[in-house]
Amino acid sequence: MQEKAEVKELIVISGKGGTGKTSVLGAFASLAENKVLCDADVDAADLYLILEPDIKERQDFQEGHKAVIDKDKCTECGICRELCRFHAISPEYEVDPIDCEGCGVCVYFCPADAIEFPLKTCGELFISDTRCGPMVHARLGIAEDNSGKLVTLTRQKAREQAKNKGLNLILTDGPPGLACPVIASITGADGVLIVTEPTLSGHHDMDRVVELARHFEIPASVCINKYDLNRNMTETIEAYARDEGLPIAGRIPFDPSFTAAMVQKQTIVEYDTSCSAAQAVRGIWEKLDSSL
Amino acid sequence: MIISIASGKGGTGKTTIATNLAVALAPEVKLLDCDVEEPNGHIFIQPRITHTEEVGLKVPQVDLSKCTLCGRCQEICQFKAIVVVGKSVLTFPELCHSCGGCIEVCPEDAVTEVDRAMGVFERGTRDGLQFAYGHLYVGQVMAVPLIERVRAEGESDTRTIIDAPPGTSCPVISSVKGTDFVILVTEPTPFGLNDLKLAVGMVKILNIPHGIVINRSDLGDDKVKEYAHQEGIPILMEIPFSRQIAEAYSRGKLLVEEVPDWKEKFMQLYERIVDYAGKS
Repeated sequence: MQEKAEVKELIVISGKGGTGKTSVLGAFASLAENKVLCDADVDAADLYLILEPDIKERQDFQEGHKAVIDKDKCTECGICRELCRFHAISPEYEVDPIDCEGCGVCVYFCPADAIEFPLKTCGELFISDTRCGPMVHARLGIAEDNSGKLVTLTRQKAREQAKNKGLNLILTDGPPGLACPVIASITGADGVLIVTEPTLSGHHDMDRVVELARHFEIPASVCINKYDLNRNMTETIEAYARDEGLPIAGRIPFDPSFTAAMVQKQTIVEYDTSCSAAQAVRGIWEKLDSSL
Repeated sequence: MIISIASGKGGTGKTTIATNLAVALAPEVKLLDCDVEEPNGHIFIQPRITHTEEVGLKVPQVDLSKCTLCGRCQEICQFKAIVVVGKSVLTFPELCHSCGGCIEVCPEDAVTEVDRAMGVFERGTRDGLQFAYGHLYVGQVMAVPLIERVRAEGESDTRTIIDAPPGTSCPVISSVKGTDFVILVTEPTPFGLNDLKLAVGMVKILNIPHGIVINRSDLGDDKVKEYAHQEGIPILMEIPFSRQIAEAYSRGKLLVEEVPDWKEKFMQLYERIVDYAGKS
């Protein structure tokens, strides 16, 4: 029987964007030891703005194909336009690279063999050093797809780093939302921390990621950021979490120090270790650390 | 005119802008919430739902009595969603992109399509304002086909506001593509600026006129404004941080109805967009 992997991975997600995932994860980066940092929000990666990574290795992320019509060979028979369900081929027989799904149906059926199908580069992956430890991060090209696969690759590389360097923890910053990139960022993780805010939207979106974590059988806990902007809503959300059997990791007050820290390229703990928000995040980290 | 609202970074205030702009322009306006992963517009609009439909994605079904196990379906599928295993053909509906390749290529007509439910589309009204949105079922990987269902409600001869999901990849592109103007909502922080630049890159690729709304405009630094000036992108509106606004938002209330002067400000925002887009 295989032993359970020694490296533990914690992902911070939220459903709703802008609840403070990256600021909270950045603070954990200052507090945790023996860890690899991983930014799985490949669509709008921000953790690097605080941790200023020194890039040691970079690689192209190649995934999927795009159709390209060779005008010299094309007889304009119209078969490709008829078969393309994504309406990606214009009456002038140009393929719109944004609409092209990379399904290859036009390539297969072109009687003149006029459609090429090159592999595309849709992003970049980086392995870096930071003042808080090694970090794996990525950048999806603008308007590219396959973000879920890049998330998976980024997490794999983070795990390799952890194993190679003898580190036993991966802290991963997840993307907002509920579908492809989020699913790719939580599958197989040891725990998720859901960062929410005391608003009806925050509550609604959290309910959906709670269900998602349950669907993939990943233990989840909840923390409420900016809890004092609406204390009644904070209590409602915590009551909901208790009913769902989710541990409440803690509350973080609304604190402009988060923004000030970000402007200084510092984590909240580095910026002002004694401020109320830094204290709150420290308490949350201690709870999570002992439960992992 | 169709106006879409995007941001790169999440939580900057897209839904605040979309819902308040729509209510300021009501009743002659449509509001489409294309963030089907985490839709929030309905919380503020509280529409009376008049139409509900389940949205499905076409996925293959193989009739093994006709199938000769030739393997062409497996060969054409770029997404590994149909595989010949022993004397059977397995399909993986969650990987299928509904391109129809397997159906087209099958020499025995053994592959047909069935609908696989992915979410729900709803349409409703609020004092004449028309509202539509979708919510993706939990565990579904692909959001775009449901977004396209919501997006299809937009008409260029009706004033239409589209609330897009965060990011710059496929779900955002399918929400924003073909609209007449994009409002990019940001906040004046390093994260806000970084993700704004990505969003500007996206609207430039799509070649759509655009402008910026700065939310919580007094928390942070001046770098977003400096960037906007350098790039020649108009700043359409600024919303300062206020506990009153944050509190109204937290309860699902609209700025234009709760805080004096904001209805007028959203009307002015619309007029500015009409000027920049050159149509109404």
